[in-house]
Amino acid sequence: MLNDVTFGQYYPAKSFVHNMDPRAKIVLLIAYLVAVFLADNFFALAAVIVFLILAVIFSRVPFGSVLRSVKMILFIIVFTAILNLFFYASDGELHILWQWKIITVSWEAIINMIFLAMRLFLLVMGTSILTLTTTPVALTDGLESLLTPLKWIRFPVHELALIMSIALRFIPTLIDETNRIISAQKARGADFETGGLIRRAKAMIPVLVPLLVSSLRRAEELGDAMDARCYSGAKGRTKYKKLTFSWRDLLGLLVLAGLITGIVFLNLYLGGKFAILNYFFAS
Amino acid sequence: MQIVAKGLTYVYNPKSPFAGKALSGVDLTIDEGEFFGIIGHTGSGKSTFVQHLNALLRLTGGSLKVGEYDLADKKCNFLELRSKVGMVFQYPEYQLFAETVEQDVAFGLKNFRKDLDKDGVQAAVKEALETVGLDWQQVKDVSPFELSGGQKRRVAIAGVIVTKPEILILDEPAAGLDPLGKQELMQLLHSIHGGWCKTIVIVSHDMDEIAENCTRAAVFSAGKVVMCGTPAEIFSRSGELISLGLDIPVTAKCANILKQHGYVVDTDFTCDDFVKKVLALRGKEAAHAE
Repeated sequence: MLNDVTFGQYYPAKSFVHNMDPRAKIVLLIAYLVAVFLADNFFALAAVIVFLILAVIFSRVPFGSVLRSVKMILFIIVFTAILNLFFYASDGELHILWQWKIITVSWEAIINMIFLAMRLFLLVMGTSILTLTTTPVALTDGLESLLTPLKWIRFPVHELALIMSIALRFIPTLIDETNRIISAQKARGADFETGGLIRRAKAMIPVLVPLLVSSLRRAEELGDAMDARCYSGAKGRTKYKKLTFSWRDLLGLLVLAGLITGIVFLNLYLGGKFAILNYFFAS
Repeated sequence: MQIVAKGLTYVYNPKSPFAGKALSGVDLTIDEGEFFGIIGHTGSGKSTFVQHLNALLRLTGGSLKVGEYDLADKKCNFLELRSKVGMVFQYPEYQLFAETVEQDVAFGLKNFRKDLDKDGVQAAVKEALETVGLDWQQVKDVSPFELSGGQKRRVAIAGVIVTKPEILILDEPAAGLDPLGKQELMQLLHSIHGGWCKTIVIVSHDMDEIAENCTRAAVFSAGKVVMCGTPAEIFSRSGELISLGLDIPVTAKCANILKQHGYVVDTDFTCDDFVKKVLALRGKEAAHAE
């Protein structure tokens, strides 16, 4: 039932992107997200898409796996796209196509919808490349290292990273556990597939209660195990794997810096996303 | 109901880097009335196989028939099948969820038998709890989370047998129980076997348990059945079992040692029979000495 939760699951492979420093990848992702929202015309958007395709190729993750991560939020993309299509309002001029009561469809709305859907799509694709090519442990190590400045204001960075890595570590375990409990309750005739929303939500109680109980049990056991190994927090703790910044990371950052510069220029010289309409409606 | 599996295959996580074959062509027939044991080490496919028996895993290859139910048929009434094939998972106490023991045990019954009235449910719950050796009056209003580990397992088993399934499957039912608990559990299984519960299938690592209790057993390895027969037949091939990374019962170990000393004990590997045969051997020896 939960087998299709592939979003964020690490895809083991040897590639350029896999070998990058997780810190560099996190910074790259943030910069990439900025680029996605900066891109304000079709040419700039195309540049972002080219960058994304390059990233997928250099990560050696099959396109299908990356696309599957979008499946999870496809509903949100479609939903927001439809809302935008019918209820787009602007102070500027609208080239109206169709109007009925409060619903208005205009050329501007269509363009806006395309941009919104594309941005959400690119956002999720980019994020999933990070999680597909980086193990959860490397990811939290990278995050901990990047958040080091916060230690100066006594923010518990190490503890936060630990909580994150424990949470990520237990996701597969809890999925297994959930599947097992679902099977056990199905064997007792539980029905999770039919009925309305409320009935289905109610049907989940026999799964959620045992799951919660076992999570608490696991947490207690893990705490004991950490105590037994004299875990005492960040102080004096060394790393098994040291993060190193290499030429790959520099190259990646340079390419993305180039992308953002390019997008800013494209935005300035080719106008905003509606500029294309001026070309069509000039006469 | 007879269980007939032919060429059963199962692939998990297909089309991903984590894909793997859990079953690769299982042929196995379990007759009605058997107390069947399934042996195999972790990852041999035994749990995957038993989960097919009540359609918790859908067929991906091969055929499987349980009584008149054809599991390859998509229109097969899976709910009805599940009420007839009860399944007790590993550590079943981890599936308890309801506020009281009575509600938890009644869960399965209410799902399968929507026609039953309150008194009918109560009577069935009472019977199930008494079958597993719990005092209905004492435990019915207690939260299942307040019980001891052994009691929790009994409640969980009661929650499965409350529908009186014709076939009862238990995945490592004795795991984590103390020796007395194990013994009591086996007694419980024998007491229901032959009544409304016609066939019992247990998955186990404990070879002594298989030797003592089962009428027949199958050995799984790498998704296939590599041996099938009575415990006597299987454990007489103890060399093969050991090379598969499996254990053998204490009686088989003793028989092997006796063999090294030149004594051949022809036993079915239950403790009773083994001791009798050894005593008989000693009698012969004494007669010979005279």
